[in-house]
Parts: sequence; C-alpha cells; structure tokens
Amino acid sequence: MATKTFSVAKLPGFTTTAILVFIILYLPILTLVAYSFNASQSVAIWGGFSLDWYVKAWNNDAVKDATVRSLLIAVCAAVISTAVATMAALGTTRRKAFKGQTFIYVMINQPLMVPEIVTAVSLLILFGMVKQATGIQGIGYVIFAHSAFCIPFAYLPIRARLEGMDLTLETAAADLYATPWQTFRHVTLPILLPGVIAGAMLAFVISLDDVVITEFTKSGGQDTLPTYMLGQMRRQLTPEINAISSMLLALTVVLLTAFFLLTRKND
Amino acid sequence: MKKPALAVALLLTTALPALAEGQLNLFNWGDYTSPELLEKFKKDTGITVTVTDYDSNDTALAKVSVGGSGFDLVVPSAHFVQIYVEKGLIQKLDLTRLPHHSNIAPEWMDVEWDKGRNYTIPWQWGTTGISVDTSIYKGDPNTSELFLNPPDELKGKINVVPEMNEVVNLAVMWAGGEPCTEDVAVLKKAHDALINARPFWVSMDYGTTEHMANGDWAASVNWSGETFRSRLKNPNVIYGYPKEGYPLWMDSVALLSEAQNVDEAYTFLDFISLPENAALISAFARYPNGITGSEAFMPADMATAPEVNIPAEFKAAGHFMPTCSGKAAEYMAAIWTDLQK
Amino acid sequence: MSVAEKAQEAQSVRNGWLLSTPALIILTLFAVGPLMIVVVYSFLAPGQYGNVEWKLSLDGWRGILWTKDIFDDTYGLADANVTIFWRSVKLSILTTLLTFAVGFPTAWFIATRPAKSRALWLFLITIPFWTNLLIRTYAINEVIRNEGLLNTVLIKLGVISEPLRIIYTDTAVFIGMAYVYLPLMVLPLFAAIDRFDMKLLEAGYDLYASRMQVLRRVILPIVKPGIIAGSILVFVPSLGAYVTPRVLGGGKQMMIGNFIDLQFGQGRNWPLGAALSLTLLIIVTGALLIYVKYANRDVSNGH
Repeated sequence: MATKTFSVAKLPGFTTTAILVFIILYLPILTLVAYSFNASQSVAIWGGFSLDWYVKAWNNDAVKDATVRSLLIAVCAAVISTAVATMAALGTTRRKAFKGQTFIYVMINQPLMVPEIVTAVSLLILFGMVKQATGIQGIGYVIFAHSAFCIPFAYLPIRARLEGMDLTLETAAADLYATPWQTFRHVTLPILLPGVIAGAMLAFVISLDDVVITEFTKSGGQDTLPTYMLGQMRRQLTPEINAISSMLLALTVVLLTAFFLLTRKND
Repeated sequence: MKKPALAVALLLTTALPALAEGQLNLFNWGDYTSPELLEKFKKDTGITVTVTDYDSNDTALAKVSVGGSGFDLVVPSAHFVQIYVEKGLIQKLDLTRLPHHSNIAPEWMDVEWDKGRNYTIPWQWGTTGISVDTSIYKGDPNTSELFLNPPDELKGKINVVPEMNEVVNLAVMWAGGEPCTEDVAVLKKAHDALINARPFWVSMDYGTTEHMANGDWAASVNWSGETFRSRLKNPNVIYGYPKEGYPLWMDSVALLSEAQNVDEAYTFLDFISLPENAALISAFARYPNGITGSEAFMPADMATAPEVNIPAEFKAAGHFMPTCSGKAAEYMAAIWTDLQK
Repeated sequence: MSVAEKAQEAQSVRNGWLLSTPALIILTLFAVGPLMIVVVYSFLAPGQYGNVEWKLSLDGWRGILWTKDIFDDTYGLADANVTIFWRSVKLSILTTLLTFAVGFPTAWFIATRPAKSRALWLFLITIPFWTNLLIRTYAINEVIRNEGLLNTVLIKLGVISEPLRIIYTDTAVFIGMAYVYLPLMVLPLFAAIDRFDMKLLEAGYDLYASRMQVLRRVILPIVKPGIIAGSILVFVPSLGAYVTPRVLGGGKQMMIGNFIDLQFGQGRNWPLGAALSLTLLIIVTGALLIYVKYANRDVSNGH
C-alpha cells in the first residue's frame, strides 16, 4: 500500500494553482494601494513615496461630501434592513412550515436574483414619477433602495443563527410566565445578537459598495463615494482615486475582520 | 446596537450639507466647472454649489426628463436648448433679476436657439476637432480622415469621444452632407465609414485631457479646450480642424423648471455674467465664454492659442450644430446604436 | 389535533406573516414593484427625446431581435443587439469556465487545509468578495493597462518589446469579470467539498485505478451541487455586468447592461431599454430555474 496512498491534499497541480490564485487575487489590490503612495501626477509612472494624494483626497470637499453621504446611507440602510430582516427571520423559522413561506423566501431573496441594472432602471423610472408627482426630494429614496437590496444579506446570517438555536430556553421562560416580549428581550435577543450584528455588518458593506443602483437613483448633489469614483475614472486618472480606494478598502477589511472574529467565536 | 446606530445616522443627517442654507445644485459636464469659480462664488455670496457630472447631452436630458432630478441648473449645448424648452424642462428667465445680462457678447445674444437670451446664459463655446500627438503622426491634422480612414501610424491608437451628435455629424460633413441631414445616401456613406473605421479605434471614451497628455492615445476626436489643456502638459499635442467640416457649439446655463433654489440660481447666473468671473470658467476649461470683456481677465496664452482662435483658413469649415429634426435624430441614434456593437 | 392546538398553529402562522410584513413591504415597494413599471414601459412608444409616449406599442419588444433598417423601412435582424447579446453570453460563459478551472483547485486546497489555517484561507478568499467591485475592477485595470504592472514586468524581463494591448478589448472585460467574480465560484465549491468525508475518497482510490478516475467518478458527482451553485453565482452577475465592461471596455466593448443604459441616454429608446431589461431578467430566471431543478434532483437522489 505504501506505494499507492492517496493524499487528498495533493492532487497534482492543485496547490500550485491555488497559491497562484491567491497571488493573482491580491496582487492587483496591492498594486492599487502601492500607487496611492505615488508622488507622481500620473498613475502610470512611479515618482517616489508620498502621502500627498491622501492629503489631497482628505481636503477634497466633493470626496468628503460623498464619504459622509455613503456612510449615512449605509448606516440607515443597515439599520432598516437588519430590523426588518430580523423580524422576517423570526417569522420564518422555528415554527411549522406554513403555506406562503416559500413566497416569503423568494421575495426576500429577489434582490440576489434580479440583475442590478434591471432594478436600477426600474427604480429610475419609479422615483422619477414619484418625485414629480409629490415634489418630495431627498436622500430617502436612495436609502430605501439600498435597504431593499440589503435585506437578503442581513437575513441570511440571522436565519442561520436562529435555526441553530435551542428552543428549550424560550419554553422555560414562557413557563415562568414571562410575556412574549420579555422572553424575546431577555432570552431570544441576547442569543440572536451575534447574528444580528453580523447581518447588519454585511448589509453595511453591501450598501457601501453599491455603484449601479445608486448611479441610477441619485438626484442632484447625491453622489456617493463609489459613484463619484466612477465619474472620475472616466476622466482623470490620478493617484487620488487610489488613495480613496485604499481608504475604503481599509474600512472594509476592518469591518470584515470584526465580522470574521465575531462569527468564529460563535462556532 | 440599533440605538447608537440611529444616533449616528441622525448626527450624519444634520451634518449633511444638502440641508444647509444657501445651496445650489449644478448639473454640468464633467471636468468643466472651475473650482476657483465656485470658491469665489461661495466667498462672495455664501452659497455652496454642488456639482454633479454628466458626460453627454443625452444623459443629462434623460436624467432631467424623468423628473425630480433635484438639480437647479443644467448646461445643455445649443442644439439641446430648444428640446428643454419644448418639454417644459427649463424656465424663462426673469431678466430683471439679472442686472448684468447685457454683458453677453452681441454675437452670442441673438442666437437662433435662444433669441435675446431669455432662457440661457453663456457658459463656454468651442469646437470639436481632432487632437494629434505629433511625436507619432506628423502629417496634416486638419482632416476627419484621421479617424474615419486612419493612416497606419494611428491605427489602434485613436480614441473617439462618445458624443453621438458630434461624431455622427463629423462623419456626415466628411461625407459631404450638412449637419442633421436626412439625405440617405450621405447618411449611408457616413454610417459605413464609421463602422469600417471602428476596428482601428482603441476606445470610445472620455478623459481625453489626461490620455492625450500621457501619450496613451496618438489621436482623438476631441474638443478644443481639452486639447489645449493636454498641450499645456504635453507640447506634442496639436489640434486639427477637419477641413471637411467640424462642429461649433456653445454650452449655456439654464434654470430648470423644477429648481428648488431659484434665488441662488439667479445669483449664480448673474455672477457668471461678470467678465472677471466668466474668465475663471475659461481659465479652467480653456474655452472662450461669450461674456464681453472677460478676455482681459484670462491667462495671456488664451489670446494666442490655436485651439481658441480658429485660424482664418478653417473658419468656413465650422458649422454651428442645429437642433436636428425628429427624423434626422432617429437616423443618428440608429447609426450610433449600430456603432456600439 | 385539539382545537387549542389548531388555534395555536393558526396563531403561529399569523405571527409568521406579521413578522415578515415589514420586509415584504420594503421589497415590494423598492424591488419587486418597480419591475412592474418596467413591464408597462416596455409596451409603450418611445418619446422623441427619451422617456415614453403613453400609447401602446410592441416596438420595444420587436426591437430586441428585429430592427427597421436605418436607410430603408424593411425589417431585418437587429445586428447590433444580437452582437451585444452574443458578446455578453459568450463572455459570461467563458468567465464561468475560467473561474471554475482555477476556482476548483483553490476550493479544494482550502478544504484540505488543517482546520486551524482553513479559516484563514477562507477569510482571504472572502475579503475580495466583500471589497467594492468598482475598486477591484480599477485594481485589475492597474495590472493590465498599457503601462500597467503586467506590461512593465514583461518588458523588463525582455519577454515582449511592445506593451500587450489588453485594455479596452473583450479580453480585458473577460479577465476583469473572472477576477471580480472568482470568489463567487470558490465559496460554494468549498462548501460542497468541505461537506464530505475525505476518508471516503481514500477508500475509493483503492477501487479505481487512477487519480483521474477518482476525480471523475467520485469527486465530481459529490461536488456537483457546488459546481452548479458556483456557476450560477458567476454567470448571473456576469451577464448583467455594468461596471466592469464600462471601466475596462473603454466604451467600445459593451455588454447588455451597458446597452440597456444606452437606451435610456443617447439611444433615446426607453421601451427598448425596458424590454431588454426584461429579456435579461428572463434569461437569468431561466438559469436559476435550471439550477433549482438540478439542486432538487440531487437532494432526492441523495436520499
């Protein structure tokens, strides 16, 4: 047998390919970050180390504006989508399967299935009509559009958490004459919380990343960081874009690391 | 966790400049608005201008015509002004609120698309021609042949700006027609030339100033001011006026019917009618502006730049772009769509 | 079942609906409902300068495949539309194949790591997944553009003397999409591989002669659900891609997403744009239904 052992870890070429994939996955991102420290005007030629582009991006009012707006939208969308997703998750788990449950699943997952451009176009038309008819303006439209497509991302981790949850604690609480609300507040929610936080974080990141739907639904002066960058990319490629990207990248990595540690602890 | 998040959201909402007093939303072409102008405007009037970019007349019109765009001012090209007027998207200006209206240069006052300037205030005007990098191509730059039938040096290195009206009309004039023609033979010739030339184009993109200055492209169908700005960074870049005919255009600022900040908009419109302010617009984007006396405040190189001062021999080839008839516009859109495949 | 139990169950169902209602309202208003407007718009006539005229017309739908010739009024195959659709489908399939070819070994690699380092590898695959798509597209642009990393290195090494012209071609869009959607392939593949007992494999290996046979007869059938899930997850967003072709295609190599966008701008044909959107939606739904069918069959076979 010694001549013919099968090691699952050693399929020929697999490890090499995998390592290459990881390198290829990270190399472009690292290049992008490296060039954000480029002293030269152009993105093409390396002109030495400098933090100028970060200073420039930091002092750029349009960037500041777009950043604040992106964060505002992402926070609101995360809060709204997580709140309704938590309720929906409670409604669709831990009870006997009921008629219409599939319908609810399909509805919740709809944003994952419909191409973004289609949703974007439909919202462009709808919001135009509503704005014209009511005269109501504001960032609310974008926030609700984001809330909608963030729901499935918030829903999934919460539901996963709920499904793995022990019902006996709640039954015990109910046996002790706790009201349903007290049971939820003091028993269910604390156990559910990591799932809720995880869901909110995913929703936040997803909202922060969105380009297409925002591009089509934004009104005057409502650029978010990604739509601002998309506009700039078509015109002036300076390392300032790299600096902005790097900052956004750092934020995402921090959030994801937190998410990673949070979910791992609960395994 | 929701309470603090909500608090943050509220905090951010109140911090948002969109809710602040003295706000104006300008919808303008990308890389076209002088930051110095906006700074000076804010210093003088306290009004903050938020600029949102668009990259073509059609994109701007589409966004505005859906309704509820949230913009106060838009900067359409001359041939789009009447469309905005017809669709009721822009409002007639109250000239009593524009004390410096008479600063508009006489030749730009009684223009066909806006007689007496009751709807628009000049922003900038220019031409659409061809930028050429002379380190790569040394021949005559003054012809549409460069992008419709490119010489070998330029093959695979030419960009064409994705502005339907100007590109199609350049080809139409090259084919011997008038802008906005409905002559099928001419249109067919223009169509075929564009389709056959397309494989030799590297891209159909904006960002011409940087790309020409960096040497990414050897030539590009391009605007005069953009070429000027490239040349300041890279002296090899020159501007060609296609002798077969090239578009002349003017972009003007108009007040949208649904504008929310009308007072601020009037303040801005009058502000840019002052020569020293109009000069700031030109000093940035490098196009002349149509306000009398602004030349005195412009950088000295504007007075001599070949991109700004059309050489006498090419003056006749310039055609001001008219508003096309519905039929002509349909032809144009069809050719353009075909060109996108 | 007692009356009380029945009542309790009805109550439970009611609560289920009640709790789901807020989510359903938001989704109806901002995701599902607006699609109905697109349906309506696809049956209207285009306005002269964009938007629509409120009269019934089938031109939007007809315009997907047939077009009035520009110069005479005969109808013919819409050449541009077909070309763009074909490019989208072709590039999406190629993207799916390439991501599978490199994603499978990667997922395998991760799944066969010791438990401790496995989480870390998985995390490394997840970071790009959650990173802004626009930023990742821009990052790949940094590598493949004329003066980018790839050309600089190759020229320095003396492999080529002229920069490879990749940017603004179909290849650029293809590379870009494979790059940005790769994590979507790796994650479900990993999930499928991770689920089954590796010892089975080693046992299976004794029965079959070669590695290739083990791969084909044992491994592939087991990870099939993962392959289907990964393929769908890559194919669907590729087909609807908008940002990647816009940034890497240089305005020339359009895909359906950009073509839809064009109809709402310079194309001035909103009904066609609406009909194209719905066509895209129908193709995607078809792909998903196939997925559901296969996924269900695998489950029933498994028991």
